[in-house]
Amino acid sequence: MRDLKDRKELLETMMLIRAFDEKVDELYAEGTLHGTAHFYVGQEAVAVGVMAALEEGDVITGTHRGHGHAVAFGLDLERMAAELLGRASGYCHGKGGSMHIADVEAGMLGANGIVGGSMGIACGAAWAFKQRGEDHVAVCFFGDGAVQEGIFNETLNLAAVWKLPVIFVCENNQYAMSLSVKRGFAHEPLSERASGYGIAGETVDGMELDEVHRAASAAVERARSGEGPTLLEAVTYRYLGHSKSDANLYRTREEIKQWRTHDPIQRFAAKLEEEGVLEKEAWQSLNEQAKEQIEEAFAKADQEPEPDPESALEDVYA
Amino acid sequence: MPNGVPNGVREITYREAVREAMVEAMREDAEVFLMGEDVGVYGGAFGVSRGMVEEFGEGRVVDTPLAEAGFVGLGIGAALMGMRPIVEIQFSDFITHAMDQLVNQAAKLRYMFGGKARVPLVVRTPGGAGTGAAAQHSQSLEAWFIHVPGLKVVMPSTPYDAKGMLLAALDDPNPVIFYEHKLLYNRKGDVPEKAYRVPLGEARVSREGEDITLVGAGLVHRFALEAAEALSDEGVEAEVLDLRTLSPMDHEAVLRSVEKTGKLVVVEEDVKTAGWGAEVVSRVVESESFYALDRAPARVAGADTPIPYNKNLEAFIRPTPEKVVEAAHKLLDSRAGVYA
Ligand SMILES: Cc1ncc(C[n+]2csc(CCOP(=O)(O)OP(=O)(O)O)c2C)c(N)n1
Ligand SMILES: [Mg+2]
Repeated sequence: MRDLKDRKELLETMMLIRAFDEKVDELYAEGTLHGTAHFYVGQEAVAVGVMAALEEGDVITGTHRGHGHAVAFGLDLERMAAELLGRASGYCHGKGGSMHIADVEAGMLGANGIVGGSMGIACGAAWAFKQRGEDHVAVCFFGDGAVQEGIFNETLNLAAVWKLPVIFVCENNQYAMSLSVKRGFAHEPLSERASGYGIAGETVDGMELDEVHRAASAAVERARSGEGPTLLEAVTYRYLGHSKSDANLYRTREEIKQWRTHDPIQRFAAKLEEEGVLEKEAWQSLNEQAKEQIEEAFAKADQEPEPDPESALEDVYA
Repeated sequence: MPNGVPNGVREITYREAVREAMVEAMREDAEVFLMGEDVGVYGGAFGVSRGMVEEFGEGRVVDTPLAEAGFVGLGIGAALMGMRPIVEIQFSDFITHAMDQLVNQAAKLRYMFGGKARVPLVVRTPGGAGTGAAAQHSQSLEAWFIHVPGLKVVMPSTPYDAKGMLLAALDDPNPVIFYEHKLLYNRKGDVPEKAYRVPLGEARVSREGEDITLVGAGLVHRFALEAAEALSDEGVEAEVLDLRTLSPMDHEAVLRSVEKTGKLVVVEEDVKTAGWGAEVVSRVVESESFYALDRAPARVAGADTPIPYNKNLEAFIRPTPEKVVEAAHKLLDSRAGVYA
């Protein structure tokens, strides 16, 4: 698990996430990668802010838009890159690809290609902690779209009645593919649903790392002390298309531009400058370093061998 | 669309053929509507409904929240009331969310109610692998539904059949699951401009031959055709059958062909174990036509694994035209003591 106690580390991690997904976007554009991927660009403060509230032994579940969660958790960049390139040294030996990166042993219980697909899994991890008397928590990341699925209702209720140590982090990035939150819901904020289950709920500015961190810490505290789950809604925005291919027909350029002015990385960098943690303009060299790290990860991963085709038949059963 | 083409037949893509069927049905009947995730301004994840919301409005080309169980259920209810819903499941893998609605509701209402109900629902969904989309976006789960009496399952392989069978599905008073394939959407073929119907439940001989029967459906029917061409170069003439409808299954057409050739290879994309090919083979071997067989039938199917992401791994476990040729070779090997 990544150590995120240092404020500079928080900024660097957000930069790594962005550089990673911008690199992936580039690789798709040039036709190097196949399949599909979903970019976390714009939402970095959510994964990093939440991760900063966790301790060794806690676990997370991610989504189809999962590179950010994995990087924030501390997964190895080269092995992530190798997975995207379909190499044997990738986290899933080339079997999973972008939507299924996982490191179960480390506590990263997997990205997920099914919207809402990890909500039960996160509850199961929380159940295990509770039953075994361990004071760990499970964090379940999901999008606004998942709130529309049936499993949202089932798992929030289960977690509420059994007071499971799970934090439901809804990344409200305004869209589920082309469906805006305005069209997809008759009532906002989404966190208000919490009261119907009798659990804590809060909506925070998901472009503001410290806000996310504060709310996540409070939720983790509640979960660890046996008070059960929280529904934490982080209001954020996805800058890029839904997936590698998207003509953005359902939103305007102005809207995207407007959200970009609240950029979580620039805001946090400015804050660190004010606090004196960072020298003026030092963020630029940090950003360069992040990009280099990503370039290096992909370059190294690219040297790794392809898996043996016959390995496709392995690991169907344990 | 050019007018004045002889007989109004043009070459269009599979995607366009599906769209044309929907558009014609919606122009004809105000009770037809399309509902699903991102079917509106986005045009559907694979562009099938592109342009439709502009013609019919958001009231009839309906973007839904992510609620597969909910909106399939809604489709069933609207169908029960006599409407003609077309519900799109964005990837066929997500049909699992609507399983209760399809299996316990749509398929059963008429029977349970003693014949006093109809559910003329069409569920359209793209299945299949070959796109590098990995295990949760590549499955071929169609065999599950042929195990459910009350549901019809179709899987057209050509633009012509896609249009004609979708219009037939919309006329049908029963729930029909209409399987498309991501890798078929860009395939072109001749399609009449006017509305026409291709009856459900009828297979088609897509290539005549005397030596061996290859049965396929959907994308992999094309693999069977390609294999037949390769075999022809060696002097083997394969008969190819496009099953088109998996349920009700036109086994009579298979029997007719097998009686002629004595050899059967089924080509299917789903996993081999309990795939629909098993049903085809069973129907042959439990019929009189069993005695016409001079070799055990073979199945070329997906391996019994999830679909892996890596291209080479994915290709390794999927059927290919080459694998069909190989299976045919084994059946055609007449050396003494060789019996594949
Ligand atoms: C059950 C299911 N339905 C549909 C999809 C297709 N799909 C993938 S992501 C997505 C939108 C999800 O929106 P949201 O949950 O808000 O996450 P975001 O993409 O905005 O991060 C859709 C419709 C899916 N993967 N799973
Ligand atoms: Mg969203």
